[in-house]
Amino acid sequence: MRSYLLNRLLWFFPVMFGVSLVVFFFIHLTPGDPVLLMLGESAQSAQILSLRHQLHLDLPLYRQLILFFADLFSGRMTSIFFKQPVFTVIAPKLLATVELACFAMIVAILIALPIGILSALKKNTWLDFFARVFSLLGVSVPNFWLGPLLIILFSLLLGWLPVSGKGGLSHLILPGLTLGLAMSGFLSRMCRASMLEVLSAPYLETARAKGFGEARVILKHALRNALIPILTVIGLQFGALLSGAFITETVFAWPGIGRLLINAIFSRDFPLVQACVLVIAATYLLVNLLVDIAYAVVDARVRLWRER
Amino acid sequence: MKRKPLLLVLLVIVSLFVFAALFAPGLAPYSPDTQDLCAGLSGPSGAHWLGQDKLGRDILSRMIFGARVSLLVGVSVVLISLCVGFLVGALSGIFRGMIDSAIMRVIDLLMAFPGILLAIALAAVLGPGLGNVIFALSLLGWVGYARLVRGQVLVEREKAYVQSAIALGAGKLRIIFRHLVPNLAGPVLVQASFGIAGAILAEASLSFLGLGTQSVPSFGSMLSHGLSFLRTAPHLTVFPGLAVFILVISFNLLGDFVADYLRVEEKRK
Repeated sequence: MRSYLLNRLLWFFPVMFGVSLVVFFFIHLTPGDPVLLMLGESAQSAQILSLRHQLHLDLPLYRQLILFFADLFSGRMTSIFFKQPVFTVIAPKLLATVELACFAMIVAILIALPIGILSALKKNTWLDFFARVFSLLGVSVPNFWLGPLLIILFSLLLGWLPVSGKGGLSHLILPGLTLGLAMSGFLSRMCRASMLEVLSAPYLETARAKGFGEARVILKHALRNALIPILTVIGLQFGALLSGAFITETVFAWPGIGRLLINAIFSRDFPLVQACVLVIAATYLLVNLLVDIAYAVVDARVRLWRER
Repeated sequence: MKRKPLLLVLLVIVSLFVFAALFAPGLAPYSPDTQDLCAGLSGPSGAHWLGQDKLGRDILSRMIFGARVSLLVGVSVVLISLCVGFLVGALSGIFRGMIDSAIMRVIDLLMAFPGILLAIALAAVLGPGLGNVIFALSLLGWVGYARLVRGQVLVEREKAYVQSAIALGAGKLRIIFRHLVPNLAGPVLVQASFGIAGAILAEASLSFLGLGTQSVPSFGSMLSHGLSFLRTAPHLTVFPGLAVFILVISFNLLGDFVADYLRVEEKRK
């Protein structure tokens, strides 16, 4: 167990280093002079020289790389647009994204689990058919369409909820629903598959033979075992939510890290783009790592299989 | 609905989109760029079935040309990803050892980037354009195919027909192309169908964010344009979104059908 955890932890650092290297080279992929791209054709030569120096682009590549990591770890990397350290700019946006992702996850779980469980229990009935159609719709409806449709219905026609921005709970509902509904399609599919696998297990027959009621057999014996893979998927999807809310944040003007990255791209703020990509990738990796470790702790079979 | 009629409906839908994409200039009632400023934001009418955008351009015509972009990107990304992924995965599975380890580490690294993030970052760096979008999406797209093919090769290489070919002295490339390709076609085809849906969605997302193609109409850019007029002209958003949704769900269902068919065939064997 310890060696497995150590292995997973140690693997995190080289992958993060690799991601940082890819991010470092982004700026060198730009066609033409990245400094001119950032400042525009009308920039003064003094400005160009100053920014080139700030970004260390006047140095050899290996020194640029060393200084990139030095700036990153010392928190000196500065946004060109905000004129502030990038992590100061990112921190509140990341929190807003976490808030939205948590709400969306709650929505997804509340919708997907009952649908998935009922669909498995009533396999090959109309209920199962509708549940499967729902999950297919969930995975196929694009967020950039579902979001505006929800705005048209709940904000413009009914006037129940605000169109966009960040405020109280009412501002969270529409973006949370947009992300959560899409997620619930996939989650209910996984939940159905997991329940179906467990429902055919012999230990349920044993439980029934012992005279336990059906509700107890389903809730205590089937669901508890079916939940282990579902919890893993929930964890992995949470990582995906944290890192993939660009569209929803843009549609609803939600001030999260996804929207910050898109704005940074358009203002040609390369240091902020690099930092956003790094933070998003690190968050995603970290959540995946925690899920992997939690899964191994909860399920001994996984632990033993992976140690082999 | 029975399975076969549904399959027929899906094939008709996909064929319609392909037909529209191929013959867009002849099919579109208007040029996608012809403006009529006086009729800006008009709703659906006899002359303009799906209405007009802010500049008075015909939505239907722009959607017909948009289908061209969506399908071009979807098919190109899948073809490039499939070729690269198949070759890398097969080599990794056949050679094993150091080559396999090195390839798997690169794959692990690329998979560390969540979803569309790398494509967004690359599209931002390279600038908007159809070629850049295809490149950005393919750069991560091959990873899934490589993993799938490697896994399948590891299973297939132990089977009698591959062992016989090895015993008869067949070279590694001959084993890959002559023996493995036909046997791996099924699962790869399933993934390709889902891959086209994913690439269409990703292209529309990039265009929606303003990072896709700007010179030709695309579903994503039309949706983004319509977002500012949700109150006065919801048709600008509803119709292009519906087209993406129908395309994506059709390819997803087609993938399901191929997977079901393969499962039945496997059982029959």
